[in-house]
Amino acid sequence: MALLLRLKVENLACERGGRLVFSNLNFILNAGEMLELRGANGSGKSSLLRLLAGLNAASAGSINFENGSPDLSLAEQAHYIGHADANKTALTVSENLKFWTAFLGENKTPLDAFNLGALADDQALLLSAGQRRRLALSRLHCVQRPVWLLDEPDVGLDSKSRMILQNHIARHLDEGGMALVATHAEFGFKAAKTLNMDDRQ
Amino acid sequence: MMRGAALALIKRDVLLARKQGGGLGAALGFILAVMVLVPLAIGPDQILLQRIAPGMMWLALLLAVLLTSDRMFQQDFEDGSLDVMAMGHLPFELVTLVKALAHWLTISLPLALITPPLGLLLNIDLSQLPILWATMILGSLALSMLASIGGAVTAGLRRGGLLVSLLILPLYVPVLIFGVAAATASLGATSSTPALIVLSAITLMSVVVTPWASATALKAYLR
Repeated sequence: MALLLRLKVENLACERGGRLVFSNLNFILNAGEMLELRGANGSGKSSLLRLLAGLNAASAGSINFENGSPDLSLAEQAHYIGHADANKTALTVSENLKFWTAFLGENKTPLDAFNLGALADDQALLLSAGQRRRLALSRLHCVQRPVWLLDEPDVGLDSKSRMILQNHIARHLDEGGMALVATHAEFGFKAAKTLNMDDRQ
Repeated sequence: MMRGAALALIKRDVLLARKQGGGLGAALGFILAVMVLVPLAIGPDQILLQRIAPGMMWLALLLAVLLTSDRMFQQDFEDGSLDVMAMGHLPFELVTLVKALAHWLTISLPLALITPPLGLLLNIDLSQLPILWATMILGSLALSMLASIGGAVTAGLRRGGLLVSLLILPLYVPVLIFGVAAATASLGATSSTPALIVLSAITLMSVVVTPWASATALKAYLR
């Protein structure tokens, strides 16, 4: 890829149920950069991520994703891991992953990404909260997509899994991807840009 | 790429229906209950029973499918799967179409195959079985497609069952009328072909139109 990816957000505003969640939001995110979204509950972190994922509509402003695949929308080039895990509890861990890889257009099963190999044949119903989270995060490796939208990805993770997640994000950024991470705790990325949503209301 | 995604989705839904039971058992029990109770309610008038049998069977099939429709999108909506599906390469209208097809394969089609033989409890003539199978298999696809609209509209409601019935029943009327017409025509001297053709048209149209309606309703929920 000759040109580097760039996500440019200008004057973005979001309204939910008649209430203005945020307005006049501007930022530029380049390839290899991570943006950490901070802010109180209800400050619009999740709304912004869902908006970028194409699941919400902006009430004003523009989102430009430059130098990506021309025939794909931003949503089709992004992974969104929200609070809902999108796991089917009746299926096993590997069946869940196999479905998402096939649905998203690949055929690998990234069981090793978050050390789920030993749990491959367990029903997802039997997993702990942290293990379910790891299963959801494994979706990041089902297919290669340049933009990662992570909504409090470290909730429920033990310190070891949190390290693994940070390594995955670091490698993703090294490979020229970008990540937006909403978080309350200090996520521990020195290079991270920070956007405080509290200032935008 | 799109075909792979559609195949994966249909495979998953069939697997899920097999593993957690998609309501087929309950729907089947409902139909069986109707078949058993109608003769008790009407009385042992065999000629009368034979005359109302196709209508009763269609009514039972229709309500049984309706019973299962509120669950069509509910789980995927609640666990966030629909969010991820909306971000795939498969257009959202095709996601709803594929999910309605999976509903047909796992619920409506088995019901349509089992209901005609159950009609023996209503003293139907054995010669009527082929036409009943033909109309029910054809019509059940329309039932699943129309049910997907109700399922989509009530995806975010905990107890959406009754609302689905109120919303979808009017759309079921043409399927019911022409399904029964085709089946009863074979009793008399008239041909059942015209009713069958109209039923085919209704089914084909529902396959084309309902995915858009369902997708629009679901997208409104995701926002």
